[in-house]
Amino acid sequence: MSKPLELLGQPDRKAQNEKRWAISAKWRARLSSFAIGAILPVSLLAIWQLAGDLGLIDTFFLPTPSMIFAAFGDLFASGDLTYHLGVSLGRAAVGFAIGGSIGLLLGLVVGFSRYGEYVLDPSVQLFRMVPHLAIAPLIILWFGFGEVSKILIIAKGAFFPLYINTFLGIRNVDNKLFDVARVMSFSRWKQIFLLVIPASLPQMFLGLRLSLALSWLGLVVAELIGSQAGIGFLMTIAKQNSIMEIIFVGVILFAVVGKLIDSFVRLLERRFLQWQDSYKG
Amino acid sequence: MSATNLLHIQHLSKIFHSAKGDVKALHNIQLDIREGEFVTVIGPSGCGKSTLLKIIAGLDVDYNGTVSLGGRTVEGPGIDKGFIFQEPRLFPWLTVERNIAADLSLRKPEVRKKVDELIELVRLKGFEKSYPRELSGGMAQRVAIARALLRNPKVLLLDEPFGALDAFTRAHMQEVLLDIWERNRTTMIFVTHDIDEAVFLANRIIVLKPRPGAIQNVIRVDLTFPRKKSSTAFQQLRYKVLGEFDKIEELELVGGAGI
Repeated sequence: MSKPLELLGQPDRKAQNEKRWAISAKWRARLSSFAIGAILPVSLLAIWQLAGDLGLIDTFFLPTPSMIFAAFGDLFASGDLTYHLGVSLGRAAVGFAIGGSIGLLLGLVVGFSRYGEYVLDPSVQLFRMVPHLAIAPLIILWFGFGEVSKILIIAKGAFFPLYINTFLGIRNVDNKLFDVARVMSFSRWKQIFLLVIPASLPQMFLGLRLSLALSWLGLVVAELIGSQAGIGFLMTIAKQNSIMEIIFVGVILFAVVGKLIDSFVRLLERRFLQWQDSYKG
Repeated sequence: MSATNLLHIQHLSKIFHSAKGDVKALHNIQLDIREGEFVTVIGPSGCGKSTLLKIIAGLDVDYNGTVSLGGRTVEGPGIDKGFIFQEPRLFPWLTVERNIAADLSLRKPEVRKKVDELIELVRLKGFEKSYPRELSGGMAQRVAIARALLRNPKVLLLDEPFGALDAFTRAHMQEVLLDIWERNRTTMIFVTHDIDEAVFLANRIIVLKPRPGAIQNVIRVDLTFPRKKSSTAFQQLRYKVLGEFDKIEELELVGGAGI
C-alpha cells in the first residue's frame, strides 16, 4: 500500500492524469446515462420497423418508423412543418404568457395575504375543476373560432399550476427563517425579496414546468377544435385524408417539442436552484 | 470593573396563557449586565431560560416589568441585539459570504472588508463561496455568529448555540467564541444546560430554578483565561453550580412538583 518514492518522483504527472481522467469520466457518465435512457425507445423502434418490413402489421394503420420519417422529411422540405410548428409555438407562448402571469400574480397575492386567500382561493378552486372541453363550447360561442378562443383555452391550462405552486411555495417558507429576518430587522420589502421569493423558488419552478406542459397540452385541444394552421390543424387534415404518417408526425412533434421545453426549464432550474440539498437517487 | 451597565432588567414576569390555564414562566427577575461581560444562564428544562433570552431580544414583548438595553426600553427585535439560535438558520440559497452580508451588499467596499474580517475571525477562510449544505454543523453555526457580529450588536444573545454539536466540535466552538469575545469585547448572554460550558465561558453564571422561572443564585467566575476544565479551581466552581442544582431539586421534592 505504500509507494511514497514514486509519488515523490512525479507529483505533477499524477495530478495531470487525475484531471484528465476526471473530465473523461464525467463525459463517460453523461454518455452512459444517455445510453441507458435510449435503450428502451431504440429497441422498440427496431422491433416496430422489423414487424412492418416483415408484413406482420398493416402499414396503413401502423406505418413503420422509416415511412413516418419520410413524411417528416417531405413536410420539412415543403416548409409546411416549420410554418405550422411556428404557429403552434406562438399560440402556446402567448397563452402561457397570459395564463402563467395571471397565475403567478394571483398566487403571490393569495400567498402573501390571508385576506387574499379568503376572497380569491375558493372561486379559483371552483374554476379549476371545470374541464377544458366543458368550457370550450362557451368560449367558441363568445369568441368564435379565431385566435382569441385558442389562446384563452391555453391560458386557462397555464394558470392553475403556477397559481397553486406559488401560493403553496410561499406558505411553506420555514417560519424559523422569519425569526432570523425579524432579528435582522428586515423591512417588509426585504422580507419578500430576500426571504420569501428565494425560499419559494423551487416550488415556483415546479409550477412553471407544469404550466408550460399544460399550455402545450391545451394547444392540442384548442387546435383540434378548429383551426386553419398549426400542428393540430395538420393532424385534422391528415385524419380526414387518412394519412397515418402525418398523424404520427404530429404526435411525435408534440412529444418531442414538449420534452424540449421541459428540458429547458429544468436547465434553468439547475442553474438557479444549485443550492438545494435533496436526494438525487 | 468600571464598565457601564448595559442591560437592566427589573421585576420581569412572564405568563403563558393557554386553554388549560395560565402558566407562570418567569417570576420577578432582577438582573443587571455590564458592558463587555460574558454571562451564562443555566437551569433545568422549564426554568424559562430561553423565554428570558427571547424577551431580551425583543422577540417576545408580552411581559410585565422593564427590560432596557443601553438606557432604552426593548420594544422589539433589532440589529443591536444579535441572536444565535440553536440551529444556524442560514439561508440555504446563499453562499457563506452572502449569508453573512444578508441584506447588505458585498459590492460596498466597507461591507466587503468587514465580511472578510469576520470570515477570518470565525476561521472560515476558503469557504466563502460554499453553500450551507456543504458545511458541518459547527461551521454553519460560525457563519451564523459572523452574520450577527457584522451588525455590530451591543449584545450577542446565544440560545444553546452548541447544543446540537458533538463534544469535540463543541469544545472547539467554545474556544472560538471566547477568542471572538476577547478581541471584540461584545457583551454575551449565553443560555446553556451544560455546566462545563457555563463555567468555561462565563464571568458570571445565572442559575435559574423552574416553576416559576426565577433566579436561584448568581455565581461569579474569577478564573483567568484560558481556563482548563481539569483544574481544581474549575472543578470547585462546577461543584458549586451542581450544589445549586441540588437545592433546586430539594425544593422541587418538597413542593411536590416532582420531575
